[in-house]
Order: sequence, then structure tokens, then C-alpha cells
Amino acid sequence: MSDTTSKVNAALWRRGWLRGTLTLTPPLAWFLVIYLASLVVMLITAFWSVDPFTNNLVHSWNLDNFRQLFTPTYERIIGRTVGMAALVTVTDAIVALPFAYYMARVATPRVRNLLFAAVLLPLWASYIARVYAWIVILQDGGTLDWSFAKIGLGAPHIGYSNTALWVVFSYIWLPYMIVPVFGALERIPASLLEASADLGGRPARTTWKVVLPLALPGIVAGSIFTFALTLGDYITPILIGGARSTFIGNAIYANVGVAGNLPFAAALATVPIVIMIVYLTIARFLGAFEEI
Amino acid sequence: MKRWRRLGLGVGAAALSIAVAACGSSSSGGSGGTSGGTSGLSVPTANDPVPSSIGPGEGKLNLIAWEGYTQPQWVKPFEQQTGCQVNAKYAGTSNEMVALMANGGGGQYDMVSASGDADLRLIYGGDVRPINRSLVPQIKNFHSFLQAPAFNTIDGKSYGTSLQFGPNVLLYSTKAFPTAPTSWSVLYNKAYSGKITVPDNPIQIADAALYLSKSQPSLGITDPYELTQTQFDAAVNLLKQQEPLVKKYWGLASQEISLFQSGTTTVGAAWPYQTNALQAAKAPVADTIPNEGATGWADSWLMAAKAPHPNCAYKWMDYITQPKPQAEQAVYFGETPANKLSCPIMDQLSKGSCEDYHANAPQSYYNSIKFWKTPLAQCGNGQNDCVPFQKWVDAWTEITG
Repeated sequence: MSDTTSKVNAALWRRGWLRGTLTLTPPLAWFLVIYLASLVVMLITAFWSVDPFTNNLVHSWNLDNFRQLFTPTYERIIGRTVGMAALVTVTDAIVALPFAYYMARVATPRVRNLLFAAVLLPLWASYIARVYAWIVILQDGGTLDWSFAKIGLGAPHIGYSNTALWVVFSYIWLPYMIVPVFGALERIPASLLEASADLGGRPARTTWKVVLPLALPGIVAGSIFTFALTLGDYITPILIGGARSTFIGNAIYANVGVAGNLPFAAALATVPIVIMIVYLTIARFLGAFEEI
Repeated sequence: MKRWRRLGLGVGAAALSIAVAACGSSSSGGSGGTSGGTSGLSVPTANDPVPSSIGPGEGKLNLIAWEGYTQPQWVKPFEQQTGCQVNAKYAGTSNEMVALMANGGGGQYDMVSASGDADLRLIYGGDVRPINRSLVPQIKNFHSFLQAPAFNTIDGKSYGTSLQFGPNVLLYSTKAFPTAPTSWSVLYNKAYSGKITVPDNPIQIADAALYLSKSQPSLGITDPYELTQTQFDAAVNLLKQQEPLVKKYWGLASQEISLFQSGTTTVGAAWPYQTNALQAAKAPVADTIPNEGATGWADSWLMAAKAPHPNCAYKWMDYITQPKPQAEQAVYFGETPANKLSCPIMDQLSKGSCEDYHANAPQSYYNSIKFWKTPLAQCGNGQNDCVPFQKWVDAWTEITG
């Protein structure tokens, strides 16, 4: 046995290219076939249509599906989705920045570890369970209304609305913003902050001129997660949203499940892809990928 | 179709498909309307021979079913009696059922528990074959309107047997409405703005059309599933006016239950299941079928054109139409059984369930239900100017998006 094995070993050792090829082929094939090829197939499907009676695919090339994207209904849905994704991203950035700053630069190592666990803990629980918990909190007469009424502020009644969606999205994706921002802030050398102070920079000016620019790549990296995740979600809008909460994901879902119109669903699915490509290009210029 | 059946799974995403399951199909282009073949359409399998008696079982029966339609409770006794081993493949939507049944079930499947919105597509698509009704003796005990309904019987030939059905009712809070509303108009009334919930389902357009057929007789709507462009536009318009008043378009029965439990909404379109669940939880609600009538769903077991185990399939139809399995399934899902003799057994299984699920209601109750069917371009009147289902889906996105 050892004879053949050592022969193979020797052959591989002498031919480095062969070793590399053999090692890389399986993961590369997986990436190409499962990952990229399925995306390409989906994109091709977007140019087909379905026979309205039998629901079978009709393989005739046309742009009708894409034309339909530019009708007022879908422009409204796409606009709403992108608007929500942007709002959630900004909210998470505003919440994450002071939090991550405290974790990275103020807290003792012990407290920092505790906070880290607290940030990541929700990710261990089921997404669906957490969204359902928010229904109980936000619905009419729920925990939120009750608490506000108790302290005399009057119940806000935001259950089943886009406001409720904004709150829940911001909550769910917050950890994805905190972690990269923490990473960026932690790497700022203390000497830079001291130098700013030595030169007469007050804390506000130091934050604005030193901390923020150095944290920006972290914020952009985090925003890629919060933006993309909001863009693609459809379960939270169904559960938390109200009457005007149809998002791109919901429209895709309806076209697959209700209408059986896969080609149009595929055309709709290209929208988040295009938006993310544009977004990532901008993020690249802002240096976000150093933080991922 | 029974969407709540799957709530038991508790899987959010999976469950979402439920609401959708119902309308799942798509549409038209082709086939004809309601009863009796419509202009120019014929059923490819209409003249397939039917057996005159049930032979010995083949030992196997492959079913495409709504999840939970083949519970051990009533499948086990069948297997013991007949020796036919039941293999069930669950489908999530009507579309999926049509896809699985392609090419007559592909020589793999024997039967499908299709709903009214998929039946005509299966029949005119040649995927199912006629049956010999005399081999299913319980049909004579069915409610008369289910013995040979237009959704599974064409030109006197049945392509399967009716199974279970249910209405879409008007659910209301008895606090907000001390007396029962008598019209669907409450769902379009600005006085209840923000207190209304309706299903997130394109077939809702039929509910609007049903209401318009009475409130605006000049539109001439006779069948809420066969709408000309003018009639369709009027229904869509009504729903667009309704949209600002709607608190939520619900996708899951459980969502509507919590909306009413918390008092967020006080009136909405629902299934009897929600009413029963809410009343069991002591919520102050009741339901009614308003003067305009109601829409509803009805399921059938249809026989695949290339069924590999036809004798077991006949034994299944013979069995599943008997009062006991009918009652068991009805109580399990909260549906109404097709067989009238099921009522006392339902009450044995769950006290009061016969009345709760309207199994002993007078004929006038059943007459008031317009059962779901796939809207097709070819209307029952022989014209080809009706709006097909795909347009319904587009319009629904336009309304709710």
C-alpha cells in the first residue's frame, strides 16, 4: 500500500500545479455550479414567460417582465423597499456608533465581553420567535401601548404599520452593524485621539474629525448587511407590516406562490441584485471591504 | 382550501403559503367556464372507459394531498380494510398540485385533493379521468349541490368526488356590532377605517364583485368569478377605495385571530375556523353570512388519467366519502363535510361541531355560497371576454402594493 501512496505523493509533490488543481477543484466547482450557475439560470428565466393556462414556462425571449417593473405599482414597491432599507441602515448606524465606541474604548475588558455577548445573544434565538415577540409588544393594547399609557404619554398605536416595521427591522439587524463598527473603532490608535486633544481639539471636534472618518469604513461595512438584509426580507413585512407593507420580497413571494409566475419573480429578484451592485461599488470607494 | 390546517406546523414561512394555497393557480387563456363544456372546449379524457366494478386492490395508493388530508386517524383504518398502502405527497399550493398532476399524474399518482380553483385546469388539461359514480355509493348522501358540482363534473361526467367545503364569512366584534351586520358594505365603510382586515389573496376580488352584484345591479354581475373588464374594473376600484381603511391584509388565520383578540380590528373577512378559535378563547366575536351571500371553497378527490392503482383509488373514494372519515376530517380541520350523514358523528367527536361547521344548515345557507373557481378568459356564457386569473393577481398587487 505504502508503495502506491508514496508514488502518488511523489508525483503530486513534483507537480505543484496538479496539487493545487486537485485541492481547489471541488470548492471552485461548488461555487460555480451551485452558486453562480443558479443565479445565471434565474436571470435567464426573467426573459421568459409562463403560459397562462398550463402555467408552463414559455421559452420565448422578451423584455415584458422588465417593462412591468417600471409601472407605478412596482415603482412604489421598490421605492418603499429601498426607502425602508436606507432608513433602517441610518437608524442602526446612529444607535451602533456610541454603543460600539463605549464597547471598544471605554468599557473594561470584562464589561466589553458581557456587552459583546448581549449584542450577539439575540442571534442565537430564532428570528421568527423574536419577530412574533415584537407583535405582542407593538400590537394595539400590547406592551408598548400599555407602558406609554402608564407613564401618561398616551398609547402610540403603531402596531401593523410601517413604523412598527422600521422598529423591528432596526432591532433585528442591529448586531450586524455593531460588530463591524466595533472592529473599526477598536483599531483607532489611542495616540491619534491624544494628539487631537494635545492640539486643542475638544471632544466634539475629535469625534467629528478623527473618530468618525476612521469609523466610516466600519459603518459602511455594517450598512451592507443592514441594507441587503432589509432589502431581501419578506417574512417580517408579512407578520409586522400593515396594509401598505408590500416589499420586493413579498411581491416575489406572491408571484412564485400565488401566481406561479416564476419569470416575473426572477425579474423582480434582479432589482435587489442591481441595487446591491451599485451600493457595493460605492462602498468599495469608501473602503468598506477592509472591515469585512 | 384549508389553510389553517398547516398552522399546526408552526413554521412561519411554510405557513405563509397557506393563505396563498387557495388561490394558487393561474389562469386562463384556455379553458371554459362552469358547467357543461364551454364553447370550443372539450375534455380530452371525456370518453375514457370507466370500470363497472372495483377489482382487487393493487396494494398501493399514491395521493397528492393538502397537508393533513391523509391523517393516520382515518388512513390507518382504510389501509387495514383494503390492504392499500397510502403514500401521500403534500402540495402547498393549487399550482403545485397542477404541476404534480401534469401528464395525467405521470403514471405515478392516483388521486389529488384539488380545490375548486384547480379543478377545471386539471379536467380540461386532460390530467384527470371520469369515474363511475355508481361505485361511490355515498355520493347520494351528499348535500345535493355537491353531488355533481360544476367544478368537478362536466357534461354529466364526474372526474372525482366532492370532499369538504367551507364559506368565507363576515367576522365581527359583538362589542362594535351589537346586532349582526347584514351586508358586506361594512368592509367598505369609512366609519370602520383602520378596524378592517381582509385576506391577502387575489380571489378577494370575487368578494368585491359579489357585493357589487347586489349593490350595483346595473353592472350585471352574475358570477363573481366571471367578470368582464368593466365589471372587473368596478371591483378593483371598490377595493382601491377600501385599501386606506384596511388595517392589515392577513396571510395567516392566526394573524386574524390575534387582530381580533387584541381588538385591533373589529370587522373582517374570515373562515369559520377563526370564529370558532376566537369564541373558544372567549373573545366577543361572531360571524355571519350577509344578505349578498358569500364566497367559499370546496375540495374534491380527482382521479389521475394515468392512475397506476385505479382499484385502490376507487376503494379510497368509497371510504373517504363515508360518514365517519368525513366527520373525522371535518372536525380535524374545521370544514364542512360533503356527506350529510356525518353530523351526529361530528358531535360525538367534538360536541357542537356539526352546528359550528354548518354541517346541518338549511339548503338556503349552501345556496348563498359562491364556490371558488379559477377565473378564466372564457366565461360560462360562451364569450371570451372575461378577465383571467393572472390579471387578478396583477390587480391585487396594484391594490395592496
